[in-house]
Amino acid sequence: MDLSPKQSSPSESTRFPDEVLERVLALLTSPKDRNAVSLVCKDWYTADSWSRRHVFIGNCYSVSPEIVARRFPRIRSVTLKGKPRFSDFNLVPDNWGADVHSWLLVFASGCPFLEELRLKRMRVTDESLEFLALNFPNFRALSLLSCDGFSTSGLATVATHCKNLTELDIQENGIEDLSGDWLSCFPENFNTLEVLNFSNLITDVNPGVLERLVSRCRSLKVLKLNRTSSLDRLQRLLVSAPQLTELGAGSFSEELTLQQHAELKYAFGLCKNLSVLSGFWDASALNLSAVYPACSRLSFLNMSYTALQSPELASLLPHCPCLRRLWVLDSVGDKGLEAVGANCPSLEEIRVFPTDPFDEDMLHTVTESGIVAVSQGCPKLHYILYFCRQMTNAAVATVVRNCPDFTHFRLCIMNPGQPDHTTNQPMDEAFGAVVKACKKLKRLSISGLLTDLTFKYIGEYAKNLEALSVAFAGSSDLGMQYVMEGCSKLKKLEIRDCPFGNVALLSGLERYESMRSLWMSACNVTIDGCRSLAREMPRLNVEVMKEEGSDDCKADKVYVYRTVAGPRRDAPPSVLTFSGL
Amino acid sequence: MEGGVAYENGLNFKATELTLGLPGSGETEGQGGVRNNNKRPMPTPETNEEESQAHKAADRGSRAQIVGWPPIRSYRKNSLQAKNSEGEASGMYVKVSMDGAPYLRKIDLKVYRDYPELLKALEAMFKFAAGVYSEREGYKGSEYVPTYEDKDGDWMLVGDVPWDMFMSSCKRLRIMKGSEARGLGCGV
Repeated sequence: MDLSPKQSSPSESTRFPDEVLERVLALLTSPKDRNAVSLVCKDWYTADSWSRRHVFIGNCYSVSPEIVARRFPRIRSVTLKGKPRFSDFNLVPDNWGADVHSWLLVFASGCPFLEELRLKRMRVTDESLEFLALNFPNFRALSLLSCDGFSTSGLATVATHCKNLTELDIQENGIEDLSGDWLSCFPENFNTLEVLNFSNLITDVNPGVLERLVSRCRSLKVLKLNRTSSLDRLQRLLVSAPQLTELGAGSFSEELTLQQHAELKYAFGLCKNLSVLSGFWDASALNLSAVYPACSRLSFLNMSYTALQSPELASLLPHCPCLRRLWVLDSVGDKGLEAVGANCPSLEEIRVFPTDPFDEDMLHTVTESGIVAVSQGCPKLHYILYFCRQMTNAAVATVVRNCPDFTHFRLCIMNPGQPDHTTNQPMDEAFGAVVKACKKLKRLSISGLLTDLTFKYIGEYAKNLEALSVAFAGSSDLGMQYVMEGCSKLKKLEIRDCPFGNVALLSGLERYESMRSLWMSACNVTIDGCRSLAREMPRLNVEVMKEEGSDDCKADKVYVYRTVAGPRRDAPPSVLTFSGL
Repeated sequence: MEGGVAYENGLNFKATELTLGLPGSGETEGQGGVRNNNKRPMPTPETNEEESQAHKAADRGSRAQIVGWPPIRSYRKNSLQAKNSEGEASGMYVKVSMDGAPYLRKIDLKVYRDYPELLKALEAMFKFAAGVYSEREGYKGSEYVPTYEDKDGDWMLVGDVPWDMFMSSCKRLRIMKGSEARGLGCGV
């Protein structure tokens, strides 16, 4: 089948020359739209292939780099996601795979004009970073989130060789932090940086080098400092770069003199365009007041690395009238959340992380009252992530009555299997209320004591659900069956520690090919069950991670995903691959 | 860690019943947690104070954490741990509980210069009045009485020993109901 665009086919489906079609399609940027377009007819498929500039690959094993490069020879930007999400919580062995190197090798010859690479949960070595820096002359933007396998030496090669770098975004990676010298590797005349995020790193970068770099890069919009960056340095950087739109402050705990405080406050006041603020490790209440002048246009405030108390938050929020997204630690307490409800009428997203996730004695730092208070004051809320130690069905029902527009509802009651603490009933009705009220719900994470009834509700009402995360829940196979039968738009399902076995696994036969992936760990699935699944569905990869010392027949961790690339060849010995091919 | 458990008749409430036994509240303390939790049962209120505290301390040590739970990214965990260990180096954080209050607090003892300052802070934090301390009669007549557990595991009245000795030996604070505090303290 010749898909060359040079042959203009005289079919009725297109009256435009290919070049015109390509130009028109180029105006469509969303991957979903592009995918839809490519299915219309062969000509449109071809035009899309030649004009596609950005590819999003949600599972790096669903397709091979060769297929991607062959189909989209002119891509400029690639987003690749690798390991299953539960690898963030240490549930996936280190050597599992998702190494980016094979992709780089293919792209170097197939898509040499690649400019942007965004990786999430991939393995990236220093060797790969060097290869990237040396083989893609137009390379401009690198973003690494939750990746591992590289060190600051790799960053040094990128800084040295990527002459046109505009973005270097290093976030939450397992990076080996050897020294801060990498920053000095940017040439003295280098000035194209627009985004610099090194908040991940501990070792301090060379004094003066950062300041000079920032003053040279007049287009710098995003600057996120690391924890060891002092307030003094911050003050000088702000004066030098008041055009910033996103700032990650460093440590915020130093004691300042009155003079220093005034200077810092003045520097913040120069920044009229800040819409995102983050960082602030260990912020003291006094120092925080220096930030107020910069908050008038703030839309996203991330204070989740400092244990803010409720009075500090209550003092800060009135300065942020435009706030749409807020991330905090539960140290703010219910009182702090009341302040959120009172001061943030435009709030759309709130995330409350635990300060002491493993200390079970630290009870009740935020409770059901807090989440209710936020919902009362913030009717536009559509995204919530809430870690707590107690919850009630009634409170959740109230929250979704106040805010029916939730698209993302992630509730983590930290003690597994905990019931409603006032009635001692399961939390079924809470999530029932969520799925009944929130018709636009796309992502749901459930917790607490839950029976099959929760899943019945989900299957019946959550018709737009795309991602579901389940832990320590359910009573029988029926639970998972309800979901597999009812949620036709489901893309990602992650399950751990639930009583779902082979019957449940196989109930999803009709569903898995339209999903990105399924994860099941510490459930009742056996190797035989996995084998049956693989046999029935040859276009799925069924992988089992065996744990040391477990029974031969048990499938400890199961990862199932659709693929056009066949079983992968880079799996470590602890991963068994079952394939129907 | 076993895989999922099928509940035999419906919900198996008893095993999963989580009654929050507050220190000294006198309520029946049920078994906490779920099948995957390696907690030992919490002590019944009849055991005397020292024993149950020792139980709790040992319990904390042997309690196995569930892998990957709660679902916090390693990066965030490490960030918090670094913060906490720094805190331990520079501050002296002790937990404070109060009988009947559904929450615990952590305070940094280094912030206070003497007993009056500490007491004022505790009274403000938990909304109670400790009354006046006297060496012979403790906090006689007060509804709530501040006590602390020292390095030897003994429960003492706050104020019984010199401030410096208190600072170096206090492990945790408990604001006890006045009626329960009889018999505490030295010299009685």
